[in-house]
Amino acid sequence: MRHSIIRKPLLRKYFISTDHKVVGLQYAVTSLVFLLVGFLLMLLARWQLAWPGTPVPLVGAWLGEANAPGGVILPEFYNQLIAMHGTIMVFLAVVPLAVGAFGNYLVPLQIGASDMAFPRLNAASFWLYLLGGLVMLAGFVAPGGAANSGWTSYPPLADLATTGQTVWLAGMLCIIVSSLLGSVNLITTVVQLRAPGLTWFRLPFFVWAQLVTAFLLLLAFPPLQAAALLQGMDRLAGTSFFLPTGLVVSGQAVAAAGDGSPLLWQHLFWFLAHPEVYVLILPAMGIVAEVIANNARRPLWGYRTMVRAALFLGFMSFTVWAHHMFLTGMGTVLSGFFQATTMIISVPSIVVMTALLLSLHRGSIRFTTPMLFALAFIPMFAIGGLTGLPLGLATTDVPLHDTNYVVGHFHYVVAPGTIFALFAGIYHWYPKVTGRLLHDGLGRIHFVGSLVAMNGIFLPMFVQGLGGVNRRLYDGGLQYAHAHGLAGLNVGMSYAAWLLAAVQLVFVVNLLMSLRSGRMAGDNPWQATTLEWTAAPTPPLAHGNFASPPRVFHPAYEYSVPGAAADFTPQNEEVG
Amino acid sequence: MAEWLPLAASAEAAGIDAELGLVHLLMLVLFIGWGGWFAYLLVRFSRRASPRASYAGTRGRVAMAVVALVAVTELTLLAAVSLPAWRARATSVPTDPGATEVRVVAEQFAWNIHYPGADRRFGRTALALVSPDNPLGLDRVDPAAADDVVGVNELHVPVGRPVIVYLSSKDVVHSFTLPEMRVKQDVVPGTLATTWFTPTRTGRWEIACSQLCGLAHYRMRGIFTVDEDAAYVSWLGEQAPFARTAPAPGR
Ligand code: HEM
Ligand SMILES: [Cu+2]
Ligand SMILES: [Cu+2]
Repeated sequence: MRHSIIRKPLLRKYFISTDHKVVGLQYAVTSLVFLLVGFLLMLLARWQLAWPGTPVPLVGAWLGEANAPGGVILPEFYNQLIAMHGTIMVFLAVVPLAVGAFGNYLVPLQIGASDMAFPRLNAASFWLYLLGGLVMLAGFVAPGGAANSGWTSYPPLADLATTGQTVWLAGMLCIIVSSLLGSVNLITTVVQLRAPGLTWFRLPFFVWAQLVTAFLLLLAFPPLQAAALLQGMDRLAGTSFFLPTGLVVSGQAVAAAGDGSPLLWQHLFWFLAHPEVYVLILPAMGIVAEVIANNARRPLWGYRTMVRAALFLGFMSFTVWAHHMFLTGMGTVLSGFFQATTMIISVPSIVVMTALLLSLHRGSIRFTTPMLFALAFIPMFAIGGLTGLPLGLATTDVPLHDTNYVVGHFHYVVAPGTIFALFAGIYHWYPKVTGRLLHDGLGRIHFVGSLVAMNGIFLPMFVQGLGGVNRRLYDGGLQYAHAHGLAGLNVGMSYAAWLLAAVQLVFVVNLLMSLRSGRMAGDNPWQATTLEWTAAPTPPLAHGNFASPPRVFHPAYEYSVPGAAADFTPQNEEVG
Repeated sequence: MAEWLPLAASAEAAGIDAELGLVHLLMLVLFIGWGGWFAYLLVRFSRRASPRASYAGTRGRVAMAVVALVAVTELTLLAAVSLPAWRARATSVPTDPGATEVRVVAEQFAWNIHYPGADRRFGRTALALVSPDNPLGLDRVDPAAADDVVGVNELHVPVGRPVIVYLSSKDVVHSFTLPEMRVKQDVVPGTLATTWFTPTRTGRWEIACSQLCGLAHYRMRGIFTVDEDAAYVSWLGEQAPFARTAPAPGR
């Protein structure tokens, strides 16, 4: 009984709270841990790629005899590492950080609401996400280890895989439900709880990005949920939704009714997974837009154009999924359709990027640490986007499909792309959360190191891919003569990965150290215009965010208004 | 570009490589164009060079015109280059009577190669007949099967004539890849896929699997040899026809 008196406040504050800020921080901490886990899995795999067949140093002995006898990673384990890396990075790290953490913490503050529309639902979606993540990790102790059929889980391979795949499906179901609850909540919040005066076209672009993202999650996840249930039934209940007739595995006929379609899974999977790419990128664009407007000290160029582009992007993202399937035997008409939609969907992205550059034009750019990350996002995302062109045209996809070129392509979008945007967001809003600024010098080391390392890892992948080196190869391609000359690049890429790890340590130290010793931020350290800085104290009130409900009189980015006293006009500054 | 790619040794390779080069050229131009502009903006409008920002900014007409131009270029590329190329690649099976026809049946983790023999007809296969010594389940009773040649991981084809490959899979999704031919075709169990190419030079290369198909995906490798006509015929002649392969004792 005595314990509870001391413990309860802390427990209340950080574990059973339904306040959107606490839920947002829960998401932030959890997803950062998963980001680290996903990265550590890849560091193991990168050891194997650079020095195939040699024992992993330091941790090799702990990987278990079944996975890495004598510390040497087995092919079975390598496949688990990459499948779980992909799954964790996408579903448990980047999306929860971008949507769960940033969305939850910032959207109510930016729209002048005291909380999300359904606070309990919000807490429920976090706990379901955590449960899903723990289930996912539990796969590693299942018989035969974790899921090993790639993050794409194509049947029949996944239908026939070891128990870990069932665990993967269970984990996915939790994550999907969590995500659906979260998106319903966010949509309702934005529609219902905007402060008086906060019209649609006064919303910060970040809120628009989160709104479109929520719609994508809401509409794209249910097909995957259905597909996951069907795959689970194939595995456990003897159905054959994805199993065709006449399968023979290792000389034994498979006991299944048959008549199912492996391609059906691919359609259902990519119907989610392509919009998911935009779920990974839209919040990133939202963050970058905020940081750029704030540090260029002028309004976003073409705000309405950008909003329309984001809406169009969201809509189009439902029409491109089968460009992942050109080589499954597609005819001219179908492939023509998906090639055309793929070319068209590149246009809104180009519009947003161009608008961001135009926003710099005639600005007065401050190179703060968040701004450095936000600026670097642009060329990195551009490389990711441009290398999508040859993959989106069916003919040029032939030599590149399933090579390291693809791995390079999507990592430029999500790793130096989205992750840099997330870093920008963390440097930008850390003071909002803690009241203290992150250390600038350490931030710059983190920036330069990450930029060099990310390119060191991913740029050579294009060279390997053009040379025909396939992805998902346990030995990096040493079996193949055509890959020999290019496998050597893996060594440098792995060194770059260690460098990336090292500079992330600097970041973690900065995060922890600045909690206590960071420079005090004051209410509005970046002299920003949006409500989270101008109407709420820093940090915001524990309950209700604002001392009094804000009213809005201005668009989101009124920087450098002619005749104004300061170079920023808060959204809630009364006119006249 | 060409020196980055595997050797181009088929009639189809040139077109694909040219399109790949064209697209990469476009990408490079766009990246350098935007990159140069970006660098200029960072220098010209840094706080030091531009102490006060302009509220009105720029109208950005030129930039948006460039965006429109890029969109048009992409669609032109699609309509004028990629669509016709794909039609040729994916739907016009060669009708040349001299074409070499071969079945390739993928399984974890090998490529079964099946030639129709002198009668140019593939023997009947049946699931029930699959056994370790008859991985394709060829029917010993079917006369068309007698002269068929079945092998594993060794694909030989003659140079200069079209090769038509009928693909299927016994278990999971594989992807049949001949990098030097610029051929890649997913092999989805339950469906038949057809691909073709015309080798233009002789050589000894590899068949790769491009789709994750299990723990030994990384070494699902076959040997792919393009021979002069005579060498091909004599190689094929050295292979035992199906009728002369002994069934395992007890069968
Ligand atoms: C920043 C550090 C990262 C490194 C060094 C890294 C490295 C890699 C490598 C080398 C592969 C290919 C493995 C193979 O094909 O054998 C891979 C696969 C993958 N990565 Fe990453 N990655 C990183 C971050 C991310 C992030 C942030 C995401 C997602 C948001 C991500 C998602 C994926 C996915 C989906 C795959 C495919 C997995 C599969 O083949 O099923 N990665 N990663
Ligand atoms: Cu295979
Ligand atoms: Cu394979």
